[in-house]
Amino acid sequence: MYYIDPHVHMVSRVTDDYERMARMGCVAVSEPAFWAGFDRSVEGFRDYFRQLTEFEPKRAGWSGIQHFTWICINAKEAENVSLAREVIQMIPEFLDRPGVLGIGEIGLNKNTRNEATIFQEQVDLAARTDELILIHTPHLQDKYKGTRMILDMLRRDSRIAPERVLIDHVEEHTVRLAKEAGHWCAMTLYPVTKCTPARAADIIEVYGDDRIMVNSAGDWGPSNPLAVPDFIQEMRRRGHSEARIRKIVYENPLEFFRQARNFQFTPPDTEPTESAVGV
Amino acid sequence: MTAQITPQPAADTLERTFLEIRAKLLELAADLDRIERGAGFEAVRDDERLQNIRKALQVLLEPGTDRAERVQMIFSDPYDPHWAD
Repeated sequence: MYYIDPHVHMVSRVTDDYERMARMGCVAVSEPAFWAGFDRSVEGFRDYFRQLTEFEPKRAGWSGIQHFTWICINAKEAENVSLAREVIQMIPEFLDRPGVLGIGEIGLNKNTRNEATIFQEQVDLAARTDELILIHTPHLQDKYKGTRMILDMLRRDSRIAPERVLIDHVEEHTVRLAKEAGHWCAMTLYPVTKCTPARAADIIEVYGDDRIMVNSAGDWGPSNPLAVPDFIQEMRRRGHSEARIRKIVYENPLEFFRQARNFQFTPPDTEPTESAVGV
Repeated sequence: MTAQITPQPAADTLERTFLEIRAKLLELAADLDRIERGAGFEAVRDDERLQNIRKALQVLLEPGTDRAERVQMIFSDPYDPHWAD
């Protein structure tokens, strides 16, 4: 089955991972900007955004995978407000590049005032530039409170259409909040600290398959870039239809991404043109 | 909002997951044993994390279909609707 991994940090993965993902049916990835494990300078961010928009699409293409990306300063580095504002000023340089889907993954980490300030400034940027928004919700004990704070801030900005926002890393106690607010949701299949394929399938069974998707969030920590195929297998084991599984792992990400002004996707069964095959 | 699209009968789910559940319970029991026989256990007996684990175990004994959500809430910080004031 073809699938899309809508949240995976491929800059942290080796080329062999792209190849293994392609062999498992992955046809596209979307890569949000995130924390590199250390705090960076403004110029460090510029280099990172260039990597996301220039080299990474090329590397994905070697395995036949289409690469899309999101630009932002992440919540963790947003604690430094002056640095964050300099990065936000630079972001528009990258928004018209091919493959850029919007602003993300913005959000909260420790639910601090500085994080909330920079979150709202990036939401403002997305509203002014007509970009989609991808939102990181905090981990563990901070998640419920942080998700509520994020939803409060989105609700207070009347320019933000709920269906143009994806709330990521939802779990059993936050999925209802995000869906009832009209947003898209994503579940992250990540060892120990997030959701397992079985729990993600449970959430689908309880809350339905509309406006929801699953991702691996593969990154430089312990993570599994093949987690989406694990979810597909879990759904099949339970007797879910191929149509329902395809909706969650392929059609739903496409439906959300199609709202982005920069989104150009070539379906995997498209016949190559003569020029493309060098005839 | 609630979809309830569980295609697998309860008996099938039990059949497929019984050994996994048993293994998870044994793992948990062994984890708690390991903590309790460790040096200085008295100092952590009332640690908030252990208290929350005990509360979560109580939830598992109660009937319902929202136990995962209730366990999540035990391990969640409270939300203050006036946080922005």
